Amino acid sequence: MDSPNNSENAIEVSGLNIYYDKFRAVKNVSIAIKQKKVTAFIGPSGCGKSTMLRSLNRMNELIPSCHTEGKVDFLGQDIYAPNVDPVEVRKRIGMVFQKPNPFPKSIYENVAWSARINGFKPGLGRPSMDEWVEICLRKAALWDEVKDKLHQSGLSISGGQQQRLCIARTIAVQPQIILMDEPASALDPIATLKIEELMRELADEYTIIVVTHNMQQAARASDYTAFFTMDEDRSGILVEYDKTEKLYTNPSDSKTEAYISGRFG
Amino acid sequence: MNQPGYQPYFSVNLPGRQALSKVWRSLFLVTTAIAVVFLVILVGTLINQSVGYVAIETKTPIASLVSDGHSLEELDKAELVTLLQQNLTTGRYNTLNASEPMETRAKSDLVNLVYTEVLEPEVQETWLLTESIFHGNRIKAEAAELHPDALLQFKSWLNFNLLKTTQSSDPLASGIRTALLGSIWSILITILVAFPLGVGAALYLEEYARDTWVNRMIQTNINNLAGVPSIIYGMLGLAIFVRTLSVITSGAAFGLGSGGSENGRTLLSAGLTLALLVLPLIIINTQEAVKAVPDTLRQASYGLGATQWQTIWYHVLPNAMPGILTGTILAISRAIGETAPLVVVGAATYITFDPNNVFSRFTTLPIQIYQWSSRPQAVFQHIAAAAILVLLILLLSLNSFAIVLRNRYRK
Amino acid sequence: MDLSKHSRPAEILIKAFLVFCGFFSILITVGIIYEVGSEALLFFSNPQVNLWKFFTGTVWQPQAQEFGILPLVNATFMTTLFAMMVALPLGLGVAMYLSEYATPRVRKVLKPVLEVLAGIPTVVYGYFALTFMTPLLRQIFGVDVVNIYNTASAGLVMGILILPLVASMCEDALSAVPQSLRDASYALGATKFETVVKIVLPAAISGIAAAVIVAFSRAVGETMIVAMAAGAGPNFTFNPFKSAETMTGHIVRISGGDLSYDSIDYNSLFAIAILLFLFTLTLNVISQRIVRKYRRKYE
Repeated sequence: MDSPNNSENAIEVSGLNIYYDKFRAVKNVSIAIKQKKVTAFIGPSGCGKSTMLRSLNRMNELIPSCHTEGKVDFLGQDIYAPNVDPVEVRKRIGMVFQKPNPFPKSIYENVAWSARINGFKPGLGRPSMDEWVEICLRKAALWDEVKDKLHQSGLSISGGQQQRLCIARTIAVQPQIILMDEPASALDPIATLKIEELMRELADEYTIIVVTHNMQQAARASDYTAFFTMDEDRSGILVEYDKTEKLYTNPSDSKTEAYISGRFG
Repeated sequence: MNQPGYQPYFSVNLPGRQALSKVWRSLFLVTTAIAVVFLVILVGTLINQSVGYVAIETKTPIASLVSDGHSLEELDKAELVTLLQQNLTTGRYNTLNASEPMETRAKSDLVNLVYTEVLEPEVQETWLLTESIFHGNRIKAEAAELHPDALLQFKSWLNFNLLKTTQSSDPLASGIRTALLGSIWSILITILVAFPLGVGAALYLEEYARDTWVNRMIQTNINNLAGVPSIIYGMLGLAIFVRTLSVITSGAAFGLGSGGSENGRTLLSAGLTLALLVLPLIIINTQEAVKAVPDTLRQASYGLGATQWQTIWYHVLPNAMPGILTGTILAISRAIGETAPLVVVGAATYITFDPNNVFSRFTTLPIQIYQWSSRPQAVFQHIAAAAILVLLILLLSLNSFAIVLRNRYRK
Repeated sequence: MDLSKHSRPAEILIKAFLVFCGFFSILITVGIIYEVGSEALLFFSNPQVNLWKFFTGTVWQPQAQEFGILPLVNATFMTTLFAMMVALPLGLGVAMYLSEYATPRVRKVLKPVLEVLAGIPTVVYGYFALTFMTPLLRQIFGVDVVNIYNTASAGLVMGILILPLVASMCEDALSAVPQSLRDASYALGATKFETVVKIVLPAAISGIAAAVIVAFSRAVGETMIVAMAAGAGPNFTFNPFKSAETMTGHIVRISGGDLSYDSIDYNSLFAIAILLFLFTLTLNVISQRIVRKYRRKYE
């Protein structure tokens, strides 16, 4: 496979349809996500943007009634091809969820566990586990706040800190893409700001796709924005996808304009 | 998807991990399969025991009554009555005649009488169903050799006679009539006592009780009572109903009961003991059902000026009733199967008359099964198996009724 | 217009009845402690009974005025041990399968099977031990080794009886673990097994502990199987193939026979019963505490 730097797109989705039983939640979406950028999915609630996001690392398969049609190419390889192991996919495309969900283990273990199950090899020329936990927590801008209480429960810290712990835990697996499903919706404004800053910093190293229903957040933190809405069958469709600046200042679709100016949704 | 070098810190070995995952998945599946297999073996054992070949020898050879190659069924009623008169003592004949005159009895009944009273069959040996099916010829040869005068019969121990007859030392004439009636009587008493008390307690806890330490204690206490071993309830029943309250439970206070003696080992004591046993279960189940009634309904009722009891009676109870009944039926089926507390309370070991009031001495179906199972003779194991099947069919139909009820009213 | 309060006698009467119902359960507990306890007290205050010997003696022979409870306790724990050996691994396995692996359709078939197993009266299991398990053990280990009545057979069958209880309590504990934890684990690239065993199981561990305790208490208090299959007559032995009588089995056998009230034998049964009551009560209280705690954790 090519080195990831050769291709500009991290993910190329074409003709994606996602169903819950008979209901089509996402209809015919095609989109190319740029590498090492922050891409935001925005749109009214129920428009399938979270479903869409979960299909990018095959998390949607954990819902029995859900099935997917179409192609999702990750660095040129279809992740829905029959011989692809979803575990392999998820290891490279990590995910951070709406509500912080640290494991009921210590802060240290939350990070170390995810590295360990993926066969983390400490030793010569590589960081030790302690160092690796520190590196990840630093990258998640959490280290200074928790370095004295690494062995307290991951549930003992504040919600914003928990969410950054979840990000640190995801980084510990060294993914290429991090999916974030409304990562700040359960947090207060200050914690939200910290997460947004973190997203920008992480974009140096990772491709980030974030679902948000906060338009200011998308405007502040993302390079690209995709706007989804529902069609008459209540299926989610992609309306417009462009550089964030362009989409907010000069949308080409009237529905986008209506949404970002607050007239519907 | 292999990208050498991209994740330098990791060595993934996914195939190994996936294989381990599969191994454990099959392990969990196997444990589940074992649980199912147990149920199959259990039912299989019961059926295996309750049907099969029996070698029966009659005390009086049948050839001495009817000419060769003919059967009792070919005789007419008059001939059968004559047979009875000739072979029975006058006293026995008069007893039978007094219980029902020979003229009015059905022919099949007369055939039965000749069979049990005159021929006096006796079981020589029994075989299991599996043996009977797979080694039929061997059994026939064995029977012919060991019991030359015996008749080899393929018999189901589960039959209508089992339901109709009382227990007896003769396994062929033994039945569960007394036990079944005892079970029904005691359960009726249990329902009459436990249902109102249980629903009342649940309504108190859910609708009236405030969150005080007394009410929390009641709740904790009920949860704890649900986990008390049933035999402890038996001891409680023995101490309170059988001994302390024997004047009442024996019926002596009402001039009823057996022989006026103050013996508290009666159906009433049994029913009350079982009522205490299932009360916590009924309370807990009813609470669940009452909790499920939406609060908006209560508010709507109060909004119309209803009192608290009117609200409960007209809205809460009707809506919770399917749940309450389902929970009660499940609790009652627990009571039907209970054995230990009734042994302690003092079920009779041998009793052949139907209970006629709540002060009768009693036995119940599970106790009858217990007593037959404890007998050394193999033939009683067959009857026990047949009785168990009756018990299980009874419980299964009760439970399915409860499930149907639950599904029907679930929105 | 009169808006003043006025009494509604019917409402008050009904409420009084409901309050009585609510407090009735307290009466049962008081009844157990008072009635069973006072008979037990009669036993312990009998000059023939030595409290020290009661708890340490290895011979229980009421006819010879020997009241050492150890043989009964020992047999109780032997059968319980065997029951736990069957019920815990199988019950947990079934729970894991049902809650983490089974498709809704399979679950729909399996749950009733477990409910049927749970609804079968214990006397039927006793019969099953006598007619299936004991002959099987005798076939495997030899007729000379395995007595007709033995604690192993009773214990193993008791394990089947308790299996559905363990399975359903463990399943409750497992399904109380929020889906978000599973999602997080999968998103980190964990396999199903790693998620189930390293994330879900530890998160449910308190609920599983509660299930173990309840199962233990249930096994200790179980009566009919041991009364029918474990043997009649107290016997202090650690050999699972020998017959031995448990606490519950002893109560059933003695009280089922002709027993004169106010004898020391009669009182001794209540002494055993109150011990049994206190022991199972303690276990149940502990397990309820645990369950309440884990429920709160995820609410």
